[in-house]
Amino acid sequence: MAMKWLSKWRLLSLFTMLAFVLSGCGLPHLSTLQPAGEVAQTQYDLMVLSTAIMVGVIVVVTVIFLIVLFRFRRKDDKIPKQVEGSHKLEIIWTVIPILLLLVLAVPTVKATFDLADVEAMDQKNEEGKTDALVVNVRANLYWWEFEYPNEEIVTSQELVVPTDEKVYFNLKASDVKHSFWIPAVGGKMDTNTDNVNKFWLEFDSAAADEAGELFYGKCAELCGPSHALMDFKVKTLPRDEFDQWVADMQDVKEPAVAQTPKAQQGQEIFNNSCIGCHAVTPANTTPEAARMAPNLTNFGERDYVAGLITMENNEENIKEWLRDPEKYKPANKMTGTYGELSEDELDALAEYLLGLKVQE
Amino acid sequence: MSTYAQKRGFGATLWDYLTTVDHKKIAILYFIAGGFFFVLGGIEAMIIRIQLAIPNNDFVSAGFYNEILTMHGTTMIFLAAMPLLFGFMNAIMPLQIGARDVAFPFVNALGFWLFFFGGTFLNLSWFLGGAPDAGWTSYASLSLASEGHGIDFYVLGLQISGFGTLMGGINFLVTIINMRAPGMTYMRMPLFTWTTFVASSLILFAFPPLTVSIFMLMFDRLFGSNFFVTAAGGNTIIWEHFFWIFGHPEVYILILPAFGIFSEIIPVFARKRLFGYSSMVFATVLIGFLGFMVWAHHMFTVGLGPIANAIFAVATMAIAVPTGIKIFNWLFTAWGGSVSFTTPMHYALAFIPSFLMGGVTGVMLAVAAADYQYHDTYFVVAHFHYVIVGGVVFAVLGGLQFYWPKMFGTMLNETLGKITFWLFFAGFHLTFFIQHFLGLWGMPRRIYTFLPGQGYELSNLVSTIGALLMAVATVVLVINIIITVKKNERIGNDPWGDGRTLEWAIPSPAPFYNFKQLPLVRGLDPYWIEKMEGKKGMTPAEPLGDIHMPNSSIIPFIMSFGLFVSAFGVMYRLDYAWGLPVLIIGLVITFGSMLARSLKDDHGFHIHKEDLIDDDNEKGVKA
Repeated sequence: MAMKWLSKWRLLSLFTMLAFVLSGCGLPHLSTLQPAGEVAQTQYDLMVLSTAIMVGVIVVVTVIFLIVLFRFRRKDDKIPKQVEGSHKLEIIWTVIPILLLLVLAVPTVKATFDLADVEAMDQKNEEGKTDALVVNVRANLYWWEFEYPNEEIVTSQELVVPTDEKVYFNLKASDVKHSFWIPAVGGKMDTNTDNVNKFWLEFDSAAADEAGELFYGKCAELCGPSHALMDFKVKTLPRDEFDQWVADMQDVKEPAVAQTPKAQQGQEIFNNSCIGCHAVTPANTTPEAARMAPNLTNFGERDYVAGLITMENNEENIKEWLRDPEKYKPANKMTGTYGELSEDELDALAEYLLGLKVQE
Repeated sequence: MSTYAQKRGFGATLWDYLTTVDHKKIAILYFIAGGFFFVLGGIEAMIIRIQLAIPNNDFVSAGFYNEILTMHGTTMIFLAAMPLLFGFMNAIMPLQIGARDVAFPFVNALGFWLFFFGGTFLNLSWFLGGAPDAGWTSYASLSLASEGHGIDFYVLGLQISGFGTLMGGINFLVTIINMRAPGMTYMRMPLFTWTTFVASSLILFAFPPLTVSIFMLMFDRLFGSNFFVTAAGGNTIIWEHFFWIFGHPEVYILILPAFGIFSEIIPVFARKRLFGYSSMVFATVLIGFLGFMVWAHHMFTVGLGPIANAIFAVATMAIAVPTGIKIFNWLFTAWGGSVSFTTPMHYALAFIPSFLMGGVTGVMLAVAAADYQYHDTYFVVAHFHYVIVGGVVFAVLGGLQFYWPKMFGTMLNETLGKITFWLFFAGFHLTFFIQHFLGLWGMPRRIYTFLPGQGYELSNLVSTIGALLMAVATVVLVINIIITVKKNERIGNDPWGDGRTLEWAIPSPAPFYNFKQLPLVRGLDPYWIEKMEGKKGMTPAEPLGDIHMPNSSIIPFIMSFGLFVSAFGVMYRLDYAWGLPVLIIGLVITFGSMLARSLKDDHGFHIHKEDLIDDDNEKGVKA
């Protein structure tokens, strides 16, 4: 009986501890402290190593500091001995830090080179394509475009990737500088206006499972008023499901025809007012300059409107967004590009947009 | 001199300060202007923290928030921290080396007025269509895309104030090289003088890249050039390099004088000479040198490639070594000493662990591969506030309490000083410690709001409460200053009782000629040496003689004002017809006053020997 109680108590305290540690580590789909892939893991290990060394330094300094604080308080008016210094001590606190830094420098250099290894992007097969999965990321004022050059499809706002393999990225910006960051999966890299940056990430299936197959991505470089809201999402799929998704996307050659009368009305409005910027076919044949707004081919399958976690993808929120995008993303490029929409038109558009799905 | 000033009317005092070339009065001007901008930057910080106290807050709009965050950084670095440190350099350094003034008193005044008009111009943007909004780093693609005149205010304002800073730096260098009292060798200079010397050399090399880059940005924005316009073959990454080749040494320009102030405070209140003086000097020089080798660690995520990233990572780590040397030497100065816990000593001791925190996160950030995670998150925000608040601001607050008597001849209240300290200390750690974790949990920096449900709510609220404590601390400090000025209880040469360096050998405040006779310096801590031998003051190194002094002049003020005027012309040249004439008028004022200065012979004046003898015997060298 006693043993059982004890084991229960231990289990409970273990859970409490675990809960505490986990809350200290942030959310599994968002925190760098819950690494969900090889890159984040490498970085996490470096964090732990550097923190350990630094805590060691802090402990030594703190001990000396506390002794100074308590032992050498002024007690009388005597003048203490005037010491010039100590060569021995100077050497000690020069050499030991150098050694500690060497311990840190070696894995740093190694990891820096490992994370920059994108050779697979240059290895083309006979079709002129890479065997590795490549995604071209194009950052725009407050939205993200993801182009799959090998698969010849484009999507936006929600990046779809297979788990447990290296995914390679080409990164660039089309207006001002942004920075592409999926905290739980790996460190960021800037999307410059001058050049294309390359790096890779790997999405771990077990961690993705824990994160609900949806990671949060963010823009990490100040880019204007709505920099804070330039979020995107990353949907992870096992390789076979990913292949299925690609095939389904590729199947959309023509804009899907709306099914219900209401949606058909919506499609008509869309074709008059929206299609100039928003494509509803995934082919990457249109030049980039003409892809002026997020591609909406599979909009109905995305989790959020405008990438905002406060805007779950439903009829009400779509209407909210269309009524006044400025309220949700200040200084976005969509505000003012279309006339006032009536309630009826909003209903129709929402129904049409929600119906934009490529998978069963 | 300040006693003279009190007897005069307000107008005469104002005129006195507008025309002064006395380093001690220029120091006071730096403190008034720097203090004002510090409060302004603090108010901007409070707006930031109020906006981020709760998720989805609408206290300020997104665009306005970007202006606030840009001006908070720009103001605090260029218009508060640097001028306040320049205030200390002006007030103390010439006294520490036994000089009667800086090498170029006229240029010294010019430096101040350029800074003042540059800072004023920059802040007028609030009333003239909006402040700059591209961050204090003003990265080129964003700053070129920014509408309105905000960024123009930034480039023009910083250019004008940057000239002033550069002049100040050169002036301090020449002063330290040429004007040391007899016997004051380089290796007998107090650490604050040493750090002033190294920081000034950093200014000499770091400000030209800034000047050049904002000049190019100005041409891109106002005169149609294409230095940073990608579409026209320009390159924005170059801006980042330029900015950080300036920006990283800038951090050391700020922190080294702070190190200097602490290196003065700790020996006085531990009653013990600075431990390892020569390695402290060596470490200072080494930090200054390495400071130029590490700028690209601000750009690890730009895509410079693994070779550059690895080299800059290792170089950055190397800076930890001389900084560590300093930390241990400060600790061992107090070790075996007789430590008195005055307010300045509170700041000095609190600085050690606080700055250490900033230092170790600095090493963590140097780990390039891991920095991809930290970069541009609240982890970085926490790191540099630990360094700049825990280092520079603590030094400014501690140094103010420490040197107040030397500057004004009165003592700030110790009890109120300690209340300020504890509130500020607690508020500081409360605000910034938690931000390390916010960054690691995925919160980017420079965001005007955060959405609920990401686990950031509580930590941001805690951070805001901490900021509030710092604001209260600043209010207590202001009250302390007002009470002290009102009471006006005069004190003697060496109010802390254990002054070691030359400035404590002369009256508080120092007479306008500083030293009646130049002192003879016989070693490190010259005043302490004399005191330990039972003498009351310094041995003079020269017979009493006439002292040559510079005349006051309004020309520095007018010269700077001309640039201020022409800046409006440059900016509004294309908007209004009056732009071009105003540009020309401003330049005519500036060049005209330069011409006047060049053509008019101004030989200064002499204080005659007889007047010096008549002068109160308590003043001068025979303290």
